[in-house]
Amino acid sequence: MYAMPQPVRRSSTAQTMSTSEKTRIVGTAVPRKEGVDKLLGRARYLDDIEREGMWYGATVRSSIPRGLIRSIGFDRRIDWTEFTVVTVADIPGRNHIQLINADQPVLADGMVNHCEEAIVLLAHPDKHKLREAVDAVNVEYEPLMPVLTIEESERQETIVWGADNILKSFLLEKGDVDAAWAQAAHIVEGEYRTGAQEHLYIENNGVIAEWSEGNGITVWGSLQCPYYVHKSLLAVLDLPEDKVRAIQTETGGAFGGKEDYPSTLASHAALLAMKSGHVVKMTYDRMEDLAATTKRHPSRVRHRTALDGDGKLLAMDIEVATDGGAYTTLSSTVLSRATLHSPGPYVCPNVRVSSKAWATNTVPYGAFRGFGAPQAIFAIERHMDEIAAAIGMDPVEVRRRNFLHDGDTTATEQVMREPVILDKLLDRALTESDYYERQKRFAQENQTRAVKRGLGIAAFYHGAGFTGSGERYLNSLAGIDVTPEGRVRVLVANTEFGQGTNTILSQIAAESIGIDYDDVEMAPVDTNVVPNSGPTVASRTSMVVGKLIERAGLQLVGTLRERAGLREEFTREEFFAACERLREEDGAVISLCRYEAPAGIFWDDQKYRGEAYPAFAWSVQVAQVAVDTTTYSAEVEEFWSVQEVGRVLHPVLAGGQIEGGIAQGIGYALYEKVVWKDGRMANNQMTNYIMPTAEDVPPIHVYFEEIPCRFGGFGAKGIGELPHDGPAPAILNGIRDAIGVGFNAIPLLPEDLFAQLVTQESKAEVSAV
Amino acid sequence: MSEHLANSSAGISFIVNGEKRTVAAHGMKRLLDVLREDLHLTGTKEGCGEGECGSCSVRMNGELVNSCLVPVLQAEGATIETVEGLGRAEALHPIQKAFLECGGAQCGICTPGMLMATAQLLAVNPHPTIGEIREGLAGNLCRCTGFKRIFDSVAAVVVEMDATAKTGGAHAG
Ligand code: FES
Ligand code: FES
Repeated sequence: MYAMPQPVRRSSTAQTMSTSEKTRIVGTAVPRKEGVDKLLGRARYLDDIEREGMWYGATVRSSIPRGLIRSIGFDRRIDWTEFTVVTVADIPGRNHIQLINADQPVLADGMVNHCEEAIVLLAHPDKHKLREAVDAVNVEYEPLMPVLTIEESERQETIVWGADNILKSFLLEKGDVDAAWAQAAHIVEGEYRTGAQEHLYIENNGVIAEWSEGNGITVWGSLQCPYYVHKSLLAVLDLPEDKVRAIQTETGGAFGGKEDYPSTLASHAALLAMKSGHVVKMTYDRMEDLAATTKRHPSRVRHRTALDGDGKLLAMDIEVATDGGAYTTLSSTVLSRATLHSPGPYVCPNVRVSSKAWATNTVPYGAFRGFGAPQAIFAIERHMDEIAAAIGMDPVEVRRRNFLHDGDTTATEQVMREPVILDKLLDRALTESDYYERQKRFAQENQTRAVKRGLGIAAFYHGAGFTGSGERYLNSLAGIDVTPEGRVRVLVANTEFGQGTNTILSQIAAESIGIDYDDVEMAPVDTNVVPNSGPTVASRTSMVVGKLIERAGLQLVGTLRERAGLREEFTREEFFAACERLREEDGAVISLCRYEAPAGIFWDDQKYRGEAYPAFAWSVQVAQVAVDTTTYSAEVEEFWSVQEVGRVLHPVLAGGQIEGGIAQGIGYALYEKVVWKDGRMANNQMTNYIMPTAEDVPPIHVYFEEIPCRFGGFGAKGIGELPHDGPAPAILNGIRDAIGVGFNAIPLLPEDLFAQLVTQESKAEVSAV
Repeated sequence: MSEHLANSSAGISFIVNGEKRTVAAHGMKRLLDVLREDLHLTGTKEGCGEGECGSCSVRMNGELVNSCLVPVLQAEGATIETVEGLGRAEALHPIQKAFLECGGAQCGICTPGMLMATAQLLAVNPHPTIGEIREGLAGNLCRCTGFKRIFDSVAAVVVEMDATAKTGGAHAG
């Protein structure tokens, strides 16, 4: 466990001012910190690590969605003495993963609640012997009726979780929705659905665990949140804090998929390591990773909206339902974000959002880039176009008339204190995409062509950082130290998995201290070395952790000035000399900062009211879509994304985040379908779960409007999740623009387009008769 | 295949990154595993094990192959190039340099395969159009970048290589 060192005494001159105006390093395209290692192929991902005498682990999983375990048999054809076998009886501590609710067993205890639930763990020195052994464990079940959809769960005829199948519910109310209908000039209703989405990081989940009496358990893993893993291992193995250590290895993509799941996998590997006495590696192959690990929550959102004669919103009545799967994992916080993003970036005096996460007997859904927001934004942004059609107004104009501005309040009565520049973002998006000119041209061309083109728009915000009081509870600690070898290290538990954590935090440290980027490196993400600066989720790294590092840098320089004779202006040599003088006195050179909630921020968890997020990132996206009415295929031809994410810390990385998120959003809309068969993912291969390739992703144009945010590191807000929120509604709005038919569910594959268009045609024929 | 080859312990020999290597491996062992386990060349990655993702891409006899689909006996006598043979820290290959500068690598797990696919593309077609770049890399999945900066990287290599050719400099590979 990280032992808190004596922090540098707070210095009076170490003001936490933002030095965001003129910067040398922040805002420039310095090379990615770990870039050279990645390009040379020498970055060490989990599966690249071999240890002397290492064993391999595998998992026996449930083949049914719900039932009682009658017996577990071990086929005699296997010599089981060669294996280490772990069942629930071998768990020394609690049989529960420690997330929001501790309801998810590490290993099934007498009952399974979803397909692929782990029942037995096996380890053997030869990994090739494991597959046959897994097949030779015979689990007999007494099947129980499963609940597989939101609707089945809502019926509450079969209760599979708690007293009522409800994992979590929220009610958000502003004004008086019920009184508004009578005054409405228009009332528009709609129902919108989104499917599960797989993260499809190219590196599958993997962990190595090592046990020794003296050191306890150490796990290395491809993971986002080492302190989440740490917390679960403490409970599952019943160990004291100093006997549990979690270390992140180079991580080949995560997108939320390595937020909660590694706690389960690490527990499994740790149990095998403890019982076998060997180092144990567990890596999933693609099929196991797709079938057994978390995905994006499917959703159903219903809107009922009242508008006045000018197209201004009078009331929004919104019902959000998500499928949470068999256990809570992060469903409550995902639902919270969905709730808070469901009214969109609009002003409305009367809002009610009633939301529920329903338990079903599927693999638990978990965190995925956007965390509930893409689902909610798909619904509201598709709904805005249906509103526009219903009242006969341009979808652009409906949005413009209802946009939030400075001083307005959101559905939670949060006052927009920071500048809101939605109009500017919208104008830029229209100009850059030559929106109206193109639309005019398409309308003409579409009359005579089988391939019909259209443009679709989406406007949205994404709350940066944890929701509500989340950051206050997290109470993150982060900092900077200087080693005797003259290296400045950033001390955070925040992980790099492609988004650029290492680079931007090093930039911030170098900038705030006033040294070179090359003098800064990241301390290893090891719970014995770095403090708990919170999880790497919720677009919080650049904003929240970045601010802590900015403060830590200023604090360090302040202390060096006060106590080690550092002059106002200093050279690199003078800086390190001063560090050595401080080291002589204190024994170490370290500057830690703890999160401080911005003043005047208030959130009421009970009433669901107040400042939902310290800051919002804003975006307007435009999709140009082509629908081939002979093959029923839809394709995105070009994409524009304009956003305000505070200060852009690194133009290349920021652009890459936006483009990567858009590509995933395009997949979410048009390609990526999880096919279910009796509660199990049937297409758990890359051959049949299809993501966009280099040939599918269209030209993407990215533009930033920068307004430094006072809460963020050098003015940055969150960026990573925002771009995934908009593509799906923008694309489906584009399809509506192209062919005049609104589709309300994603993924929208050619067969879905075909099904709805053909039904509509036949309906039209019937009514024409 | 003959029993002899499949169970070969006499050794299978091929050239990897310019060096002759002999391994005592089962002939049906995947080239990917031989590279990673027997030769400790872990730069080549496994993403799917079924020929879909391209993260295991290596060049074999001047062709791009998915090493997860190649039984090592097929590599007998072959010339193989992996990411480890591309450049060194002090002298990055122009492709590596371009990916670093243009943001072509994020999490980096697809990168070795993507670099080899780029090397292959440029060996066959030194001046690809954007359409040809897309097509040339279509067998290599990247979940992070949305591909745009990978295309930019490839385009930058072309410019750099042309400039070097004009000034008379020479580049490996
Ligand atoms: S691992 Fe070979 S193609 Fe995916
Ligand atoms: S950089 Fe992560 S998959 Fe390509």
